[in-house]
Amino acid sequence: MVHSPQRRSWGSWWLAGLSLLTISGCAPKADSRTEGRVVLEYWEKWTDFEREAMARVVENFNRSQDRIFVRLLSVSRVDQKMMLATAGGVPPDIAGLWDINLPSFAENNALMPLDRLAREAGLRPEDYNPVFWRLCQSRGHLWALPTTPSVVALHWNKRMFREAGLDPDRPPRTMDELEAFNEKLTRKHPDGSLAQIGHMPQEPGWWMWDFPSWFGGPAWAGGDRLLLDTPSSRNFFHWLESYASRFGGPELFKLRGGFGNFASPDNPFFNGKVAMILQGVWMDNFIRKFAPEGFTYGVAPFPETTEHPKAPLTIAQTDILVIPAGARHPREAMEFIAFVQQPNNMEALCMAQRKLSPLARVSQEFLQNHPHPYLREFQRLAQSPRAQPTLCLPTIKEYSNDMMIYANLVLFGRRSGESAREEMLTRQQKALNAKTERWARIAEVHQAGWEKQVNP
Amino acid sequence: MIFREHRATLHGLFFIAPWLAGFLVLNLYPFVASVWFSLCDYSVLSEPVYLGTKNFQDLFQDPVFWKALRNTLGFAAVSIPLGTALSIALAILLNQSVGGQGFFRTLFFLPCLVPAISLAILWQWMLNGQTGLVNLALRPWLEGINALLGSSLKTPDWLNDPSWALWGLVLTGLWGTGQAMVIYLAGLQEIPAELYEAATLDGTSAWQRFLHVTLPMLSPVIFFNVLMGIIGALQTFAVPYLLTGGGDGPGRSLLFLATYIYQNAFDFWNMGYASALALVLFLMIVILSLAIVRLGEKKVHYEGR
Repeated sequence: MVHSPQRRSWGSWWLAGLSLLTISGCAPKADSRTEGRVVLEYWEKWTDFEREAMARVVENFNRSQDRIFVRLLSVSRVDQKMMLATAGGVPPDIAGLWDINLPSFAENNALMPLDRLAREAGLRPEDYNPVFWRLCQSRGHLWALPTTPSVVALHWNKRMFREAGLDPDRPPRTMDELEAFNEKLTRKHPDGSLAQIGHMPQEPGWWMWDFPSWFGGPAWAGGDRLLLDTPSSRNFFHWLESYASRFGGPELFKLRGGFGNFASPDNPFFNGKVAMILQGVWMDNFIRKFAPEGFTYGVAPFPETTEHPKAPLTIAQTDILVIPAGARHPREAMEFIAFVQQPNNMEALCMAQRKLSPLARVSQEFLQNHPHPYLREFQRLAQSPRAQPTLCLPTIKEYSNDMMIYANLVLFGRRSGESAREEMLTRQQKALNAKTERWARIAEVHQAGWEKQVNP
Repeated sequence: MIFREHRATLHGLFFIAPWLAGFLVLNLYPFVASVWFSLCDYSVLSEPVYLGTKNFQDLFQDPVFWKALRNTLGFAAVSIPLGTALSIALAILLNQSVGGQGFFRTLFFLPCLVPAISLAILWQWMLNGQTGLVNLALRPWLEGINALLGSSLKTPDWLNDPSWALWGLVLTGLWGTGQAMVIYLAGLQEIPAELYEAATLDGTSAWQRFLHVTLPMLSPVIFFNVLMGIIGALQTFAVPYLLTGGGDGPGRSLLFLATYIYQNAFDFWNMGYASALALVLFLMIVILSLAIVRLGEKKVHYEGR
């Protein structure tokens, strides 16, 4: 039996009471800036200069009118905290999440569908780069609007290319070339241990679940079946296994043990331990901050098994703004979100965070004044017809967890690629089946509720 | 008379009410709800749907659950005896009347005051395979042994090597022995000096006095600390969670039952399954505690009895 989402369980009342108790103790006091205005609570994951960039947009919004006041709060693990606050019935009005949160949050009725509100605010799909618009949708509805997006690309260290006798301006274009370059860029100590490597899939390994795409197709294409038994997934696991056989699992493990923290000068890409990495548009921020003086790098599409120069493959991701289910001021929240989506505000935000824009068109000023030296390359990749959304499985957290564990086991020679792939498929298909069954039980009620909100 | 008794009861209830309210809202309700959720598919935001014993059936077929259980029990099996031995040894040393006694007692207790987050960050640095203090201290010793024996021993990559990660965590656990040490110290000071004098007159060695006087007299304190240690070890969460950045550690070697419960509840939206895991953990703690209590009835020496 499926209950109506409007009915509250004892658990919800309990959570609500607890949340109210907590909030009543630390609720911000009204000040002269908020007097007579609707105050929106906006939770965002960003800190440091990324938060500052959004804080300026918020300030501009607060100054631009006198009816709404947005209060920006940096919240760590914002997705978990928003989930609990929503369950307790006291969510923020706006939350800044990640795209991979969308399917599970939407299926669990934690968000408000934005189709109607976005339409009324004049936000149209054609104003956006299609891949980022797709990332904001799930189960046939629009749940979010993008803020700062990213696509991933190969980054290579030009000095290491020169030292290996390679043309520093000529990156590898196919997977075979990548591995040929890898051999040339790899150096060993006299005792046979690895001193540096051309490429290592785990460095940083943040898109391990998306890697099968570069071998022919993603590991999931919607629906209730994982595609971990397709040739592309099999080839990906074989590729991982080949690292253990070519370089030695224990040697790779030892090399990796010497890698420093990502956000530090000991990042292996900065200190010359890894020559080629897969990274996103934000990497330039870290290069400026932590790489040594005179560090030069290039950016190009990550190599595929066969080259597609006119339509390179990339994986797209985006930070998003959502309105949680049960938010007190959804219309005002949408007004703020629409303000962020205005081209001048969006460009200011993306430029300050040194990222690309999710909009379909960008101004010449944005392209010319942007501090990222390879912005045009990233914009080109994002506009490629083969730009793919990252794997937005409803079970992405379990999936990515497992993928990292199995990939490490294979790369370090502790498991064969085939057995890891099979075990991963069994475990993750079971997890997906459980979510599919849950969805089948609640779909009708949720869909009806959303439909009512979208077309009242 | 009856009115006065009632009034006393009402006064009692009044003063206990805040605790009672806290217990009902923050302990009893979540516990009862968790038992119900363990029988349901529940994602926190949707109504729980009754599934019967499916979560428990899944749990026993879940290799990750067994891995987390092995890690949890393995950690408890190593860290509790080691911690107990070390804290008793420290307590005995700090019970000797030597200069600077107070200073050393404070020094050994101080690490217990470090919050878990700071502790985890500190140990992340100390256990770093390349630049960590632990390996910097170990390296010259291993090089000496290698030179002497012609072996090729190397310092472990504590937090990245699945075969060493749990041992790294045991090391971090020893950081907190000061707490048990203080309790043992109090226990040692309760042992009557006459018992040692009588044993010395009987011509016993220091080891025999430890074995036949100190240990039996300290057994109630050991019992208490071991019981608390088991409960604490089975609920290990914060340090491994922070050491691994919220993950499972290499090859899931630092995945504990409490971490797996947390992941299922708040990362995977499987509160029903997490509740089933929590119930199993609860039953394990109850059974082990009862076993220890039963063992304590036979082995623990109470002076007053």
